[in-house]
Amino acid sequence: MLGPVRIEDVSRRYGRRWALIHVDVEIRPGEAWMLLGHNGSGKSTLIGCLSTALRVHEGRITMGGRELWEHRQDLRGRIAVLGHKPHLYDDLSAAENLSVWAGLGGLEADIPGLLRRVGLDPERRDPVRMFSAGMRRRAALARMLLKQPELVLLDEPFTALDPAGRELLVGVVRSLRDAGATIVMATHLPQAARAVCEHALILEQGRPIYTGSVDGLPQDLAFE
Amino acid sequence: MRTLRQTAQMLRKELLTEWRQRSRVSGIFWFALATVLMVAFSTPESTILPRIAGGTLWLGLLLASTRSLDQSYAVEHEHGAMEGLLLWPVEPVAVFYGKALANTAVLVGVALALLPLLVGIYDAPIHGSLPMLFLTVLLGCGALAAPGTLYGLITSQARGSSVLLPLLLFPLVVPALLAVSNATTKIFEGDPMNQAPSWIALVAAFDAVHWSLSAVLYGRIQED
Repeated sequence: MLGPVRIEDVSRRYGRRWALIHVDVEIRPGEAWMLLGHNGSGKSTLIGCLSTALRVHEGRITMGGRELWEHRQDLRGRIAVLGHKPHLYDDLSAAENLSVWAGLGGLEADIPGLLRRVGLDPERRDPVRMFSAGMRRRAALARMLLKQPELVLLDEPFTALDPAGRELLVGVVRSLRDAGATIVMATHLPQAARAVCEHALILEQGRPIYTGSVDGLPQDLAFE
Repeated sequence: MRTLRQTAQMLRKELLTEWRQRSRVSGIFWFALATVLMVAFSTPESTILPRIAGGTLWLGLLLASTRSLDQSYAVEHEHGAMEGLLLWPVEPVAVFYGKALANTAVLVGVALALLPLLVGIYDAPIHGSLPMLFLTVLLGCGALAAPGTLYGLITSQARGSSVLLPLLLFPLVVPALLAVSNATTKIFEGDPMNQAPSWIALVAAFDAVHWSLSAVLYGRIQED
C-alpha cells in the first residue's frame, strides 16, 4: 500500500502569482477527498502537484513517508490521473490507445473488458478524433484504469459527461475506493462528489478555508 | 530490458500514428521534392546537376525534417499525450529513442523515395556502392533525427515552434550535413580516392555523440 499522503505546508506559484498558499492536509489510505473552490482557486494546481506534473515551491508532499518529487519515477506507476485533457492519440482507436499505453507501462490489462466497463464498444475501430467529448472522457477513464492505481486524482471528472456517464464515473471511483485506493477529486460540483467523497478541502485564492468532513458542509454549497 | 521494451512500444506507437496519418508523410515527401525540383530548375548549367545532386538531396531532407519533427510533437500535444507520457511509468530515454527512431525511419523513407527521382532529374547515375549509399542515408537521417527530436521537444511548447526549431537545429547539424553531402556526392560520382568512408565515419561520430547526449538530456527537458 502507498501509505498516507501528507501535503505539508505546500505553496506553489506561477511566475510571481501564488496559486497555492500554505496548504496542509493529511490524506489517509482509502480516504476520498473532494477539492472544492471557484475557478482559479488552486484545485488543478494541487492535483498537478500530487500527480508530479508540477513541482511545489515551498513545503513538501510525501506518500508513505517518501518525498513525492524525489521518488516521482517510482511513484508515477501507482498514481492515476483523469485530468482536463484525455491523454489520448487522436488517430488511434480507443482499443489501440489502451494497447499503446498498456505496452508503454508494461501493464497487463483486459482491454476489451475495460472498454466495456466504461460503456465503450471494444469492436469500434473509429479513431478517437471521431468520438464525442463524453466518449473521449470515457476512453480517458479506461486509460486511467489500466494502472490499477493506489492514488486516483480526478480533475473536474464530470465535465462533458451526461447523467449516465456521471453515474458510471461515480460507480468506477467507488469501486476503486472500495479496492483501497485513495481518491482526490477536484470539482465545483460538490453534490455529485458527495456520492464518493467523505472529506473536503475548500480552497479560496490558493488558501485552504475548510478542511474536514463533508458533513460539515452546507447542503446547498455551490461554486458556479 | 525494460527500456528496450518501452522503446519498441514507443516506436510502434509512433509508426502506427504515422501510418494512420499518411498524408503527413506524403506532405513531407512533396516538400522535399519541391526543393529538389526548384534547385534543378534554377541551375543554369545542366552539366552541373550531377555534381550537386548529393547536396540537393540533403537540402531537401533538412527542410522536410523540420516539418516532420514539428508534426511529431503536434500529435503529442493535441490532447495532452505528452503530459500523459510524463506521468506514465515510462522512461524518458525510451520515449526519446522511440521518437528518434521513428523520425529516422520517416526521413529514410522520404530519402529512398527521392533517390530514383533525383537520379532521373539530375541525370546523376550512381557510380559508387549502393549499400554505402544506403548507409550514408541512414546515418544522415539519424544525424537530423536525434538532435531534431531533442530540439523538437524544447520548441514544441513555445509559440512559433515551426520557426524556432530550424533556428536551433540548422546550425547544430551543419557538420553532419557537410559530411553526408560530400559522402553522397562521392558515391554518386564514383570515388576513386576512397574518400567517402572518411565522410561517413564523421557522420557516424556525430550520430554517436548526439544519439547518446540527446537521450541523457531528454528526460531533464521533459520534466521542465
